Amino acid sequence: MCNQTVGLVQAALERAGITTVSLSLLREVTAHIKPPRALFVPFPMGFPLGEPNNPELQHHVIAAALALFERNDVPLLTEFII
Amino acid sequence: MATYNDLSLHVRLFMKGYPFARYAIKPTPCAPLRKPSSQARFALVTTAGLHTPEQSGFDHSNKMGDSTYREIPNDIVVQTLIESHRSYAFDHSGVEADRNLVFPLDRFRELQQQGVIGELNQRHFSFMGSIVGPRVLINETAPAVARMLREDGVEAALLTPV
Repeated sequence: MCNQTVGLVQAALERAGITTVSLSLLREVTAHIKPPRALFVPFPMGFPLGEPNNPELQHHVIAAALALFERNDVPLLTEFII
Repeated sequence: MATYNDLSLHVRLFMKGYPFARYAIKPTPCAPLRKPSSQARFALVTTAGLHTPEQSGFDHSNKMGDSTYREIPNDIVVQTLIESHRSYAFDHSGVEADRNLVFPLDRFRELQQQGVIGELNQRHFSFMGSIVGPRVLINETAPAVARMLREDGVEAALLTPV
């Protein structure tokens, strides 16, 4: 349910004028909810940034998410490629 | 990679039967970022059920889910945050080892130092994502958090599930 909750909070922020990007661990759920900008990450539930104590991988994920802040072709669901 | 097939049978059947389409966001809001990320003010929002040691944990007894939120100060020592997410659908050992796995504030501090992002807001927010009945979330708590971040001057937000 986390992925639905993320999308619903994301929509509230975006409606308030804040540009938002979310990570998604369950593509099926995010595809239903359709938040403005989402990055699907190929990691297990509980591991949205990839691995614990792996700052390099965590930065790769964040960089891919940051790139989506420039996109306005919403709703947009892209995939993080390792 | 997480797909429905990776989940336990119980969780999978629940997800298959859940009316996600009922909560589809329509129309899709779009607030373009009017400046480069390197000049923007960022906040983080997680649904990992994190809270500070001084704050109460999330309510595990409400079947519809706890739609409340916790305010996380920007100067928090990230690893002191407590995770009280009730879900058994994910392995809690990762976040136990490193809170940045679900709430990457230390990574964003590094990006701020490097000038990749402009600045971090003085507060961030945490929900517990296990919300089956999201009406209170949609009508009350999510808009309340959005208003506070807007009043703070936040321009960009990254949201992370668990």
